[in-house]
Amino acid sequence: MTPLRAVGRPALRVTRGIGAVALFAARGLVGLRPFPGRALLHQIIQIGWLSLPVVGLTALFTGAALALQIHSGGARFQASDVVPAIVAIGMVRELGPVLGGLMVAARVASSIAAELGTMRVTEQIDALVTLSTDPVRWLVTPRLWAGILSMPVLVAVGDIIGIMGGWLVGTGSLGFSSATYISGSWSYLEPWDVTSGLIKGAVFGLVVTLSGCWFGMRSGRGAAGVGRATTSAVVAAAVGILAANFILTGLFFE
Amino acid sequence: MIEIRGLQKSFGAARVLDGVDLTLGQGESLCVIGQSGTGKSVLLKCILGLEAPEAGRILWQGQPLDRAARARFLAGFGMLFQGAALFDSLSVWQNVAFRLRQRMSDDRARGIALDKLARVGLGPETADLMPAELSGGMAKRAGLARAIADDPKVIFFDEPTTGLDPIRARAIDALIRGIVTETGATALTITHDMASVGLIGDRVALLQGGRIAHDGPVAGMDAAPALAAFLGRSPAPRAGFAAP
Repeated sequence: MTPLRAVGRPALRVTRGIGAVALFAARGLVGLRPFPGRALLHQIIQIGWLSLPVVGLTALFTGAALALQIHSGGARFQASDVVPAIVAIGMVRELGPVLGGLMVAARVASSIAAELGTMRVTEQIDALVTLSTDPVRWLVTPRLWAGILSMPVLVAVGDIIGIMGGWLVGTGSLGFSSATYISGSWSYLEPWDVTSGLIKGAVFGLVVTLSGCWFGMRSGRGAAGVGRATTSAVVAAAVGILAANFILTGLFFE
Repeated sequence: MIEIRGLQKSFGAARVLDGVDLTLGQGESLCVIGQSGTGKSVLLKCILGLEAPEAGRILWQGQPLDRAARARFLAGFGMLFQGAALFDSLSVWQNVAFRLRQRMSDDRARGIALDKLARVGLGPETADLMPAELSGGMAKRAGLARAIADDPKVIFFDEPTTGLDPIRARAIDALIRGIVTETGATALTITHDMASVGLIGDRVALLQGGRIAHDGPVAGMDAAPALAAFLGRSPAPRAGFAAP
């Protein structure tokens, strides 16, 4: 019995935890009546607009480094010409969504967890309940939808900037002409490459905001509790993005 | 109006409430006292549905306070939290008018909020301040204005004078007493400030060891042995009450 219990108890705990997070997400996603227009717009600015600089810079340097790596590696197989195509495909399918998601996780999951955690420990969430307001609908719903709607736009902008990073390096130091590089980027790119990356972005947006909201709403007491919630939110969001990326890549391209 | 029967609540191995029985009549002002950590705030949270009790019943107007009844209860309810719990992202008037704005125009809600702020001694110049710009006493007053903004029938006060100096604490007590008397609202106050009990309460209950160790009128509380033991002094039947 003891070995069975040793395996069974954690398994039950994990299953219960996944179920609780799924129910929490479902409650957050369906709470759109009345439509929280003002709150949603505010969160889109906080989560999407204010993440543009960090996502843009990440994509720019990633695209540039990718061009250098592919040029250097490709030279071993006399395949340096594929730099533009590989940079474009790599950015839109994988690096744009994943690195953008990770940067947003670092910026947004921590911020949401800290804000909601502080509201929890200062009884602001309890105050919402006493004012006949559902805290999930008021605090979680606008954040989840803002993440889902903002991340694909961030990914699209990141993709373009990443490809531009590759173009800067390709035309500046790898000997490509601008026209060759641009036509090389587009010629092998298929619509599904772009679409799959945008879908990944929407899922990562949900993962990031859900993680921040889940840990923030369950923050422990005091500054230490909020600190733990913030750390847990970032770690869970980052791991969640990488795991979701693996699953989605398998689904989309197997 | 509110009846609590055999309420039990534990956190881990620690049983905080161990069969609490308490009744709060219509229009009555009850103060619940007890040492820190005796479960006074947990008792409030159980009534509000913020904590789930393990056993016992909470009745409101003779009916169990289930989800639907609690929604009706909260519609006519106001609460002043220990730290005021004003929403950081909203200005003072938006905090006060939080519930009103869900069913009327901002202009009308702001007008009512300004009236309520005036009632608690805050001028219109405070209306557009953010909670972070308020002193502790001003935040309590703003929290009180939010609690009474929608003319509630039941008001809870959780440690209303904690963190205030004695002068501001007595001013808040006087405000609470005035508001409760004016509105005829039923009031439940959690406190460990005995001076507040004398000013706010009609009745006082002592929560000790997870149970109600004393429940009686404020007028005769000096003579109650349980209260005297709690305050660490001998009962003095005819002596006037003095704050410790």
